[in-house]
Amino acid sequence: MTVESTAARKPRRSAGTRKSPSTKPELVQLLTPEGKRVKNAEYDKYVADITPEELRGLYRDMVLTRRFDAEATSLQRQGELGLWASLLGQEAAQIGSGRALRDDDYVFPTYREHGVAWCRGVDPTNLLGMFRGVNNGGWDPNGNNFHLYTIVIGSQTLHATGYAMGVAKDGADSAVIAYFGDGASSQGDVAESFTFSAVYNAPVVFFCQNNQWAISEPTERQTRVPLYQRAQGFGFPGVRVDGNDVLASLAVTKWALERARSGEGPTLVEAYTYRMGAHTTSDDPSKYRADEEREAWEAKDPILRLRRYLEASNHADEGFFAELETESEALGRRVREAVRAMPDPDRFALFEHAYADGHALVDEERAEFAAYQASFTDGEGA
Amino acid sequence: MAAEHVTSTNMALAKAINESLRRALDTDPKVLVMGEDVGKLGGVFRVTDGLQKDFGEDRVIDTPLAESGIVGTAIGLALRGYRPVVEIQFDGFVFPAYDQIVTQLAKMHARSLGKVKMPVVVRIPYGGGIGAVEHHSESPEALFAHVAGLKVVSPSNPSDAYWMMQQAIQSDDPVIFFEPKRRYWDKGEVNTEAIPDPLHKAKVVREGTDLTLVAYGPMVKLCKEVADAAAEEGKSLEILDLRSVSPLDFDSIQASVEKTRRLVVVHEAPVFFGSGAEIAARITERCFYHLEAPVLRVGGYHAPYPPARLEEEYLPGLDRVLDAVDRSLAY
Repeated sequence: MTVESTAARKPRRSAGTRKSPSTKPELVQLLTPEGKRVKNAEYDKYVADITPEELRGLYRDMVLTRRFDAEATSLQRQGELGLWASLLGQEAAQIGSGRALRDDDYVFPTYREHGVAWCRGVDPTNLLGMFRGVNNGGWDPNGNNFHLYTIVIGSQTLHATGYAMGVAKDGADSAVIAYFGDGASSQGDVAESFTFSAVYNAPVVFFCQNNQWAISEPTERQTRVPLYQRAQGFGFPGVRVDGNDVLASLAVTKWALERARSGEGPTLVEAYTYRMGAHTTSDDPSKYRADEEREAWEAKDPILRLRRYLEASNHADEGFFAELETESEALGRRVREAVRAMPDPDRFALFEHAYADGHALVDEERAEFAAYQASFTDGEGA
Repeated sequence: MAAEHVTSTNMALAKAINESLRRALDTDPKVLVMGEDVGKLGGVFRVTDGLQKDFGEDRVIDTPLAESGIVGTAIGLALRGYRPVVEIQFDGFVFPAYDQIVTQLAKMHARSLGKVKMPVVVRIPYGGGIGAVEHHSESPEALFAHVAGLKVVSPSNPSDAYWMMQQAIQSDDPVIFFEPKRRYWDKGEVNTEAIPDPLHKAKVVREGTDLTLVAYGPMVKLCKEVADAAAEEGKSLEILDLRSVSPLDFDSIQASVEKTRRLVVVHEAPVFFGSGAEIAARITERCFYHLEAPVLRVGGYHAPYPPARLEEEYLPGLDRVLDAVDRSLAY
């Protein structure tokens, strides 16, 4: 066969024309972008007893998380942080799922789960150590059952699965939640965590924030089926929830956690949301996506829609919003001051904790390093 | 009942590891054994034979066939307070787990500023000489020794296999435990009530005056044969069994080289960037004025591990090590 004839031949079927095996994906939504409460026979019961105070709490969480996030972006621009991965636009997915958790549940985050960290009670300033470059994870994972941020994409889903296997062995009724994104869904580790959790029936919730973009690659570059449908092939349920709807995110996560606690094994939740900002402060989304897309998602803003609901249902008054504004500014100030005051680590910290039980080479090199450092002082003194 | 209390038993190296795992499972409820086929089958080398029957499927766990998943879930179990001992079925199968080992397991303690510990043992049957197919005969220890946060050990005999496994499981650091698969069936005395040597301390297994042979794992036995042959020619070789590749016991190597003034390092792994290279560099620094000859290395070539019919050409053998001994002594 000649090259020409190959080129001339039409493909019998291209990936683009193949029909998806699914029908239109179903999206669990309890609050419309306009802030209207819609009924849902399956998931309403998980938020049926939510009080106005709790709703205001969710709103406060989202506003403060966004304020913290904006402050961190500014601090990066001012040179106080080396990098920042903004969660702008994903507040509802994170606060909704984060507030569904019990204290004894355990969280395995990516590096963007600032809202979940907030729900767990991790001081926001602690999150900034790694982005400032003073440590690689500045909190005790067991202090708040919130594991360290994981940078390598998808690795933490296996840790979550193993941890959940341990929970089951202990006979506890805690649940574990693993956060990851649409990009991570292509990683082998995520597929392996689905396999392990399924065959061991591990009490883990896989919470995938599909924010539509893995740096510059759209979700279409990762998958041909809606991501939540991946679960079916592994033998556990998957659900797509409106990730910009804090109430729906809360309800669906509660349902999934309940499944885990009652011995029904893993669940995949795909929170359909949007990364309104750049991947990180080093990224330039204008090179790969249109402004119109972002504008369309801004109309579905997670904070705006809860505000509309709170106002329409008279669950919050002007005083609440004004007070929150003050609190928000105070948080920004506190974070700014804390970061600026964050000292560089002692130079010998680089040898610390390389090993728990010590290592002869580390001891030797630390001593050499100390002697080298001391040689400067000696030189000046001589 | 017999009057004397027999504590020493003659057993094969594989059985010694089996007994050590059994003891660990028996004494610490947090110890788990995980891997492919480790349950009913007892592992492809039968190292875990009978353990699932006695300790149950909940503690001796057959895993899905996914190495990254095995190590990744072991990390999660360790975070929950367990002490998993995972088996990688063969040396050449560890690489799907390499990311989890290097990027996660090795660094978790440090990045948590010491808050979490990673007491995970990764057992890897390694090395050649058994006529296996591709990817079943490799010696990747240097690839792990290069990574801070990991400890890398390899026993050469049943007694060390038993005790080093006990110590590896008790370690709060991750230990990559390389088992010399061609020595699995070699027998030796194991005293289960002895006081073991420290895990990372090298042992002089034969004293000599003319040259030091340094080896670990499967090559220690070969070095004994080399020393026997050399003795017939009137040469007195000292043999040091390193036992640990990370950390390396440079003090013991230095002490021996200061005595013999000559050093040959033997391992199955490729010589290029192998552990012998690190030993040569450090010993040259430490013993520059003691050395009568450059440190020589005998090991695999910079070529993919060959098909079984060629492996004897690739692996260090009696004559290749003797040749290096002669070259060193000729300086």
